[in-house]
Order: sequence, then C-alpha cells, then structure tokens
Amino acid sequence: MSLSSNHLLGLKDVPKEDIQLILDTAITFREVLERPIKKVPTLQGKTIVNLFYENSTRTRLSFELAQKRLSADTINFSKSGSSAAKGESFKDTVKNIEAMKVDMIVCRHESAGIPKYLTQISNAKIINAGDGRHEHPTQGLLDMYSIREKVGKLEGLNVCIVGDISHSRVALSNIYGLQTMGANVSVCGPSTMIPWGMEDFGVKVYNNIDKAMAESDVLNVLRIQLERDAGVLIPSVREYHNYFGITQERIEKNNPNVLILHPGPINRGVEISSEVADGSSQVILNQVTNGVAIRMAVLYLLGTKSEE
Amino acid sequence: MEIILKGLRLLNPDQNLDLLSDVLIKDGIIDKIENIDVSQNSDAKVFDFSGKVCVPGLFDMHVHFREPGGEDKETVISGSNSAASGGFTGVACMPNTNPAIDSAEVVKFIIDRAKGHLVDVNPIGAVTKGRKGEGLAPMLELYDAGAVGFSDDGTAVKTASLLRNALEYAKMIDSPIIEHCEDESLAGGSMNESVVSTELGLPSIPTVAEDLVVMRGILLAEYTGGKIHIAHISSKRSVELVREAKIRGVDVTAEAAPHHFTLTDECVRNFDTNYKMNPPLRQQKDVDAIIEGLQDGTIDCIASDHAPHSIEDKELEYIYAPNGIIGLETQLGLTLTELYHKGKLTLEQVVEKLALNPRKILNLEIPQFEVGEKANFTILDLDYEYKFDIKYSKSKSKNTPFNGRELKGKSIAVINNSKIYFDGQFQNI
Repeated sequence: MSLSSNHLLGLKDVPKEDIQLILDTAITFREVLERPIKKVPTLQGKTIVNLFYENSTRTRLSFELAQKRLSADTINFSKSGSSAAKGESFKDTVKNIEAMKVDMIVCRHESAGIPKYLTQISNAKIINAGDGRHEHPTQGLLDMYSIREKVGKLEGLNVCIVGDISHSRVALSNIYGLQTMGANVSVCGPSTMIPWGMEDFGVKVYNNIDKAMAESDVLNVLRIQLERDAGVLIPSVREYHNYFGITQERIEKNNPNVLILHPGPINRGVEISSEVADGSSQVILNQVTNGVAIRMAVLYLLGTKSEE
Repeated sequence: MEIILKGLRLLNPDQNLDLLSDVLIKDGIIDKIENIDVSQNSDAKVFDFSGKVCVPGLFDMHVHFREPGGEDKETVISGSNSAASGGFTGVACMPNTNPAIDSAEVVKFIIDRAKGHLVDVNPIGAVTKGRKGEGLAPMLELYDAGAVGFSDDGTAVKTASLLRNALEYAKMIDSPIIEHCEDESLAGGSMNESVVSTELGLPSIPTVAEDLVVMRGILLAEYTGGKIHIAHISSKRSVELVREAKIRGVDVTAEAAPHHFTLTDECVRNFDTNYKMNPPLRQQKDVDAIIEGLQDGTIDCIASDHAPHSIEDKELEYIYAPNGIIGLETQLGLTLTELYHKGKLTLEQVVEKLALNPRKILNLEIPQFEVGEKANFTILDLDYEYKFDIKYSKSKSKNTPFNGRELKGKSIAVINNSKIYFDGQFQNI
C-alpha cells in the first residue's frame, strides 16, 4: 500500500484510501511513542528540511520530533516576512536548499499556494505545514485521528468547527478530510468570521453555539487571534466568550456528551473556558501526541514511496 | 517621401466612412484617397495591404510606463514600442511613477522622452501631490504642460472632499478625473472575494470595494457637474451603476481591460502571479456584465492597464507579488478574438472603443481620413490567426497570463508622426 501522491499539499482531493492509510499507519507510530525507546530507523539517510517562513512553535516541534523519531537528518530554516525584503527571493532560497540534496521539504508559509509552487521548482517531496488561510493537512489528519481514537469512527459523525473560519487554515483541511471520510461538517462563529460561500462546500453554517453544540458529536474549537480580531471582526473578547465561548454550563445544557477538540494554543476564557479546557485536557494534549504520530506516518509514507 | 498603401478598406466611424481605396501619403500627410496607379508614382514606396482594414490609429488611455523611477520595468520608449507593436498610435500614461507626474517638469520630461516616436504619449497628471491624497496637484500647470487628464491611479482619490474639489477644479479645463475605484478600508486582498478565494485561502477584495467608489464618483460628478471616468471597471454592479448614471445624464465614462472580459478568478487556482491584478479577476457574471456594458455603450472604451513588473517581483509569493500585467500587445487580439469574431461587437464598435472614445474622453483630436490630414492609421488583418508569444514582445517586462493564447486578428502596421511600424521595424516615411 502506498499513497497516490508524492506530496501532501492539502486534503482537498486526497482519496479516502490515502487518508485511511495515513490514519492506520499512525496507529503503529502512536505505539512507538509509548515505548521506552521511541525511535525507529525507517528514514535513516533521508534529509528533510523544515522551511518555516512563519512563526510556528507547535507544528515545527511536532514535525522535528517526528523526523527524529524516524531517524531522518533534519535541518531547519526559519524566516518571516516577504522573502524579497530579506534580500534573497523565495525561489533562490529553495534552489539553494535543494542544491544541498534534500529528500523532503516541510513548509509553512503565510502565502497560500507556496507548497504547490514548491512542487514546481523543486524535486523534493513537499509537505504543507500550513499555507496562508488555505490548508494545514497534517492538522486535519491529526484531528481526524483524535476523533476516531475517541469515538471509534468518522463516518456519519456531526463535526462542527467553531471560531474564526475565515482566517483559518485548519478549517478547510478539516472540512475536506472529514467529508471524504463520510462525516457531516458544519461551522459555527460570528458571521464576520464565516468566509464567502461556505455553504457551497456542503457545510452547514451556525451562528448560534448552543444550537451547533446540541446538533454535533464533536466540536473542533479554533483559537481566536486576540490581537488581530478584537474590535475588527468581533467587538470584544468578552462578547465573543459570552456568545460563542465553550463553557461547562453550555455543554451541560446542550450536549453533555460532546467531544471537544482544540488545535491549540488555547486562549483560556476566550474561545473555551478554563474548566472545559482542563476537563478536556486529556483529549487536547492527546491531540499533540497524535500530531507526532500522524506526522511520522506522513513522513514515512512519503519518504519511503518510490517516485513513479 | 511618398508611400502608397494599396487595396485598403478605410473604416472611420467618426466620419461614417467605409470605403475601398488606395492611399498616398506624402511626408506623413494624406495626399490622395483614390485608386492609385503605382507606375505613375515610381518614387513612392508601395505597401500591398489588399484585404486589410485601415482604421484611425488605436489609442490606449491607461498604461503604466514606469519612467521616471522604474526604468528596469519599462521606459517611455520601450512602452511606446510595445504600443506600436500592439497596433496603437497613442497612449495616456498614468502618473504613479517615481516621482509622480505631479509637476510640469515631469509632464515635460515624459513628453520629451517620447519626442520623435511614432506613438503619441500623453501624460495623465496626478490629482493630488505625490498621489498622497493630501492636497491637489497643480492641475492647471500640469494641463498647460501637456497633461490630458488626472488620476491618482493605483488608489482612489483619498477623500470625497478632495475628489469633489478635483472635479470642480478640472471643470475649468474640461478634463476628466480618472478614478481607480477601490475603497481603501475594504482593499488589501490578493484576489476577488468569492467561493474561490475561500477555497484558495487567499485574502480577498470584495466587488463592493469597487462599487462604493464608483458610486462616490458618480454622485460627486453629478453634484459638481464635473467629468468622471471610471478606470478598469470590473464588477457587474459597477457596470449597472454607470449605466443608471448615464441615463440620468451624469458626465461619466468608463473603460474595461481585456483581462476583465476574458478571464475569471478561477484562473487564480494555480497561484500564478500573472493572474494577480487590481481590480482582481472577477466571476463569470461580472465578465458577462462587462461585455454587455461594452455592447450597449455603458463602457466607452477598452484600455489595457498595461502594468509592467520585473520577473523577480512577479516571482514573489502570491500575497506579496505586485498587481498588474502587461497588455498593449494582447489587447487588440483579445478584443478581436473574443468580441468581434464572436459577434459581440461590430468592427465599428471595436474602433469606437479602441480609437475614438478614448480620444473624445481626453479631448484629443480624432484622426480623419481626409486629404491634407496627418496620417494616423492602424492597419488590421482581421483574420490572421496566431499564438501570442511573449518572446517577441517589445515591452521590457514579461508579466502576462496570455502567453501562448490563440488569437485571431492583429495589427500589421501603424502609421503616425511620419513613421510607419511594419514587419517589426520603424521607418520614416
């Protein structure tokens, strides 16, 4: 069994069999992570570059750890802002890195489309670690893994993504992946945070968190960008919390069985109350562990896939 | 020097003229419009243009020539060469140069650069000093130096009060204010706002950002009695607003760029920055509305918004790459292919949009096909089929989404200022 593509640019158009394969492979690596010696020699001799043009702590650490667990050689490249402003163009940077003979590039960039562009200018296998507001496929995969781990299935589940959908790269990857796996996906947030034409994606839109919660099996709660959104997309953090925040009271009133996910980092008292965050902390922290397993699975499947 | 153009169809809707004839040009002036016996004029150089159509020299009222300040991307000369190659004998160039065209010196500098060229280069002056939206530029002085209109193109005139004053002030010289219609607070995206921008995760610009400023311009022109020209109109609603305003008698005109009647935001899917422009590529309903607006006269002219950028700038990440594409050498071909050959515009309408109306809006003389008049011609081969190849472009920049596009119809020669551009060469005549 191998993946149908040499790259992981997003979850749009990724076939069900591929997602299934990644999720199943991750189970094996999840076990590896519980062993006293958490390292396997699978990618020995492979060189992977982590090309991070945007600040990221969790995703980069998670990828780096996954690479080390697989015994790959890794190098990190971090930069922020426009490549031109720093003197060397993005293309030149990539060409230089490629000249060092690398096998894979894991890329995070604030401009959508960069991973696709990388496939055009590089021979390395490309993994998208988040591009603009476009996609963040490994986050989508690890969310699916976490749901499946907890509930036992994805098919037929009602999953609602809550928060700033417009500016999220996690939302689209979740929507595409979950829909492929047979889940019903909805989104919930203030109307200023719902992007154009959301219904065209086959996604139900809620502006009422109580209703969304009552009708969902899983809530995937996104982080609110405090510094950017308050006063612009929402009047205040306080109003957001009052109308959209996930609180224990709301859960008890609407759906005590609802599963809460959060891709982190958490703003306690904003999108989620401390009480709920702590109550769900096992699931949320488990997501982080699962993230390493999922990234190991993706790296392994792409890294050992022979070029066709 | 004498040249004879044989076998032309002379078409000038401004004179209600549609005539098969030869033309004798002497020192750049039309000497004869009649059947000419070549053997009687043995000194004259003869061009056989049998079956070709001769129309008044085409005019593009919206180009960016980057000089002064961006000569690596385009100069007045390279831009003019590109214009001639694309079939144009005249252009109006936008003031977002560095320094901006906000003083008589810069106007004169550009006119001086273009001196002796086949193509007439008419500077557009800035509405505000440095295009900063703080105070009016010396519009009368700019006009006297040769500016033919005023614009802060690249952005809209910053405030309604400045635009009002500009419209009032420009009435003294009957000049139009050319508005780049985009509300600053809604702007800043990389593509049109639609389901496609949601899918691609790119920051977006809604059509209403354009519509609001179109409406502002129309209302202020109506209130002041000034002349407003809407540059590169791209949204369906904006076309409707202009249509309604024209019916009310407002002095409003509009232009559309070929990419806005040939491409949609679906093209952005491959993240090729040659599809990044401002206004952005819209949706099919907008494309249909632009074509309809051209058909019923709501949109007076076609203008390229020729915007040269260097390869290194266009190779930037999508959100950082600059807006704009070059267009002087694809504009006529796209218009003929997509509008004339598909039966959407008559040839007369094409000539109005590409030659007559831009000059009318800018108060420039329309070339007349009469003995004693200056020869200012574009000669068209309507049925010539070819693939546009950027390799042969005369522009210094290569940023076009139309490389390789199949086109039908092109200019095979242009004549103006006692020069002919034919077969890739300029010659004095």
